[in-house]
Amino acid sequence: MRYLPLDPNDREAMLARIGVPDIGALFADIPADKRIEGLLDLPLAKSEMAVERAMTGIAERSLFAGAVPFFVGAGAYRRHIPATVDHLVQRSEFLTSYTPYQPEIAQGTLQVLFEFQTQVAALTGMEVANASMYDGSTACGEAMLMAHRVTRRGRAVLSGGLHPQYADVCATLARMAGDAIVRLPPDLKASEDIVAAIDDETSCVIVQAPDFFGNPRDLAPVAAAAHARGALLVAVFTDPVALGALRAPGEMDADIAVGEGQGLGNALNFGGPYLGLFATRARNVRQMPGRLAGETVDAAGRRSFVLTLSTREQHIRREKATSNICTNSGLCALAFSIHLSLLGGAGLKRLADVNHANAVLLAERLAAIPGVEVVNAHFFNEFTLRTPRPAAPLIEALAGRGVIGGLPVSRLLPGGGLDDCIIVASTETNTEDDRAAYARGLADCLR
Amino acid sequence: MNVQGRPTQPETAAAPSRPTFTGNRGLDMEEALIFETGRLDATGVDIDEPEPFQSRLGPHARGGALELPGLTEPEAIRHYVRLSRNNYSIDAGIYPLGSCTMKHNPRLNEKIARLPGFADVHPLQPTSTAQGALEVIEALSKALLTMTGMEAVAMSPKAGAHGELCGMMSIKAAIEARGEGATRRVALVPDSAHGTNPATAALIGYSVRSVPAGAEGTVSAEAVRAALAPDVAAIMLTNPNTCGLFEREMVGIAEAVHEAGAYFYCDGANFNAVVGRTRPGDLGVDAMHINLHKTFSTPHGGGGPGAGPVALSSRLAPYAPVPFVRREGATLRLVEHAEGGESFGRMCAFHGQMGMFVRALAFILSHGADGLRQASEDAVLSANYVRASLNDVMSAPFGERPCMHEALFDDRWLKDTGLTTLDFAKALIDEGYHPMTVYFPLIVHGAMLIEPTESESKASLDLFIMTLRDLAIAATAGERERFQSAPMNAPRRRLDETRAARQPVLRWTKPQPA
Amino acid sequence: MSQIRYTNDHEYVRIDGGEGVVGISEYAQQQLGDVVFAEAPPIGKALKKGDPAAVVESVKAASDVFAPVSGEVVAVNSEVESTPALINEDALGRGWLFRLRLADPAELSALMDEPAYADYLKTLG
Repeated sequence: MRYLPLDPNDREAMLARIGVPDIGALFADIPADKRIEGLLDLPLAKSEMAVERAMTGIAERSLFAGAVPFFVGAGAYRRHIPATVDHLVQRSEFLTSYTPYQPEIAQGTLQVLFEFQTQVAALTGMEVANASMYDGSTACGEAMLMAHRVTRRGRAVLSGGLHPQYADVCATLARMAGDAIVRLPPDLKASEDIVAAIDDETSCVIVQAPDFFGNPRDLAPVAAAAHARGALLVAVFTDPVALGALRAPGEMDADIAVGEGQGLGNALNFGGPYLGLFATRARNVRQMPGRLAGETVDAAGRRSFVLTLSTREQHIRREKATSNICTNSGLCALAFSIHLSLLGGAGLKRLADVNHANAVLLAERLAAIPGVEVVNAHFFNEFTLRTPRPAAPLIEALAGRGVIGGLPVSRLLPGGGLDDCIIVASTETNTEDDRAAYARGLADCLR
Repeated sequence: MNVQGRPTQPETAAAPSRPTFTGNRGLDMEEALIFETGRLDATGVDIDEPEPFQSRLGPHARGGALELPGLTEPEAIRHYVRLSRNNYSIDAGIYPLGSCTMKHNPRLNEKIARLPGFADVHPLQPTSTAQGALEVIEALSKALLTMTGMEAVAMSPKAGAHGELCGMMSIKAAIEARGEGATRRVALVPDSAHGTNPATAALIGYSVRSVPAGAEGTVSAEAVRAALAPDVAAIMLTNPNTCGLFEREMVGIAEAVHEAGAYFYCDGANFNAVVGRTRPGDLGVDAMHINLHKTFSTPHGGGGPGAGPVALSSRLAPYAPVPFVRREGATLRLVEHAEGGESFGRMCAFHGQMGMFVRALAFILSHGADGLRQASEDAVLSANYVRASLNDVMSAPFGERPCMHEALFDDRWLKDTGLTTLDFAKALIDEGYHPMTVYFPLIVHGAMLIEPTESESKASLDLFIMTLRDLAIAATAGERERFQSAPMNAPRRRLDETRAARQPVLRWTKPQPA
Repeated sequence: MSQIRYTNDHEYVRIDGGEGVVGISEYAQQQLGDVVFAEAPPIGKALKKGDPAAVVESVKAASDVFAPVSGEVVAVNSEVESTPALINEDALGRGWLFRLRLADPAELSALMDEPAYADYLKTLG
């Protein structure tokens, strides 16, 4: 078998040295009546060619974004990823290395993490960032728990503009830990009065900007109101490219900034693996979960990098750890960092401008269709469309015409009274032909 | 006459290396940070200016461009290639890390994961257009259920620790459904457990009660009975355990736990030892997470991503989190809301680590039932071969007892050498090896845990063993320098970790003008 | 030397003018390795004997410091928070962690004096 180097002679010699007659002797601790004597009920081994054939067949049974005009965002974004990124992440030393616990032979990984942390801190306008978390939604949950630790309070207030699945993650964590949570109703036009929900028991206010419906938000007044009551502001974003065009969380006085990093360097992958970005103020660093790479020197005085402040983590603190997290999203963070290094700050701004321009052009085309309304006063690369008929069947009908037009809000907020809303995203990957196809398709479906 | 001849043999013995202008030593290269070498106006991505348009950003636009350096493509390739060369990797050599299962990462899996029908599918496009993706989840779930003998599998957890959380949340939901949420709030955890276990229990508001391992390194049903009480929600056991031993009394422990009205969580980090040999469901497990990045070969990527699907017994299946895939005739449906059922809720956005599912499924299809059984056998055989080849020069805490997929040693054999487990590990680096896991599990002093996996050839194992023997003999013979100053040959010597923690520098900052 | 008492968890309490100065012993400091962080309890906190009071961290380990006797925290050592190395350099002196106003001086008699602690350390091997 192509992945198993031992041959029967090897096995015989090894058994002889161990001093047992057969391999079964090494499994003797398994209770006799619980041993599987034959083979599992699975097909037998397959050649590479056969596996490739089988899996290619499965792959062909999904429509992929590049094949059709594609306009879905809502937390994951179709981006053009430079060929260099995927090439570099497949280098053996990046792809197949372990967590850098032996720093002397892991300076590649550790320096990348240090650069990544610097980029994330700069992008979010915060003082310090960690080496990534699983994804934006779990980073959001961890931010809530961190705010509880920092303020020693247990009540979180969630904006109605927060991605519903992010809010669900926070709600699950809160319920399991016995903490209180307040979820404001879906806030289509960024008009909620979140300040009114903050009281002296509040540990944090969690607000997404741009929000789930595409509205950018000025978080500075929310930060001020939270701070006045001793609470923290957690600012959430779902497309890092948005921070190339919009004010950063740190500029708006956020205490913790969390977001989804998939939009740089990482493919859509049907929802994972992604990476959570997490940044905070320097004074809170000991309460921050996740791995951290720090700078130091080695015995020869050379600059080096090492995982540090590990006493926050589970392998040392165990039940008193800041989190139970072990893994970060290393390879995804590398891809993010490479993409952002290729772009540079100026390139990120240009990329953001193209995203915004494409969204503006699309919004104009769609708003011109009778009965169709773009709800947002302002937006970046995502906006909410209101249609004269229920959105979910429209999206299916559009799909039948070869256009993936966006996310019907009712899929994530069933019974939320927003059955006529679609969240539409447009990135640099959309062309004029795409926009024309969408407008034509939607007009046809509404006739 | 051709006068272009030049010497073609070295004339002198190798001279000691002298400092170089660049700081590089041949192919061994130093590399600065991008913030030191990149330029703010450089870029490796050509982006066309958009046509003039009316901005809809309103008052929310950022002031100026972000001050982050860019790299052109040649500069980027050079930067990252050089950095990569300072990393050890499983592609380059054995990674004998206990409980990490650093097996070979098949390249077919990488190729398949990059098919656009997997990589370029959005989690929220209409499910009617993503049936292939849902098929992968269904197929992998079925395979995992066959291997575990359990009822349902929650696919969404993003990593092993996340899977532990999922399993424990399912247990908590089940207990609350029985009306015992206020009284059962204790998790029994052996003192040999991985740190994630007690950390996970704490996250759901449980307190931890320790169960001691016996002199044999395993947990007895008697010790569990002594620790069980009406306030216990669950026991969290690793099997095989963190000492590399099969928990012989697993079935008895499960019975005791269930009789006491509690649940059995199994940490599946060491599943590689028993795939195809026994089913956790048959042993009485209620929830077990599986590390796809361990047993099922998805690459470690320098620290992640992982994936931690959780197999659940029929007792816990109703409480599984959303989302999950359900077949309705020819169509696969994605259930994303609890819909009045008993699901404990959602653990993360979207549907799980699809990229890792594709790789794990390819691994399972490649190995098949026969290959999977052979892999477990080879993993256990290799670990015992290492153990049997070293137990005359190193001390093992549990004597000559056969292990499963990993061999545990302690530091008693180093007692009079003045050397520590750490010194021994660092000397291994100079020999071109990544050290074994050290100082884990905590119940053994100066632990050294070796897991070779099934991916090593006998030649590779033999060289590794002989190197360890050479080092062990040198240590007990009184050599010190070789160990205490190690590593000497790696890109860096030992690091000042104290300084990194006392004066944390966690990002680059522009040096201020003097 | 002013009265000093030790617990078998390696905390000390040194009596100084009716108050108890608490820290970790020389042995504890050695076992822990380089101290990188120390977190003292808040001033005003009422501690019972045996309550977790402070935390001392090295690179690879975190140690809870338990209150050797009951009392109210009246002062904390801010020097140690900025320079945790003091705990290694001078555990019994400048590396003190916090001061307690003793609630029950009789509790001191249950702790070990210096010679008893020295004997105890020998048993740890």
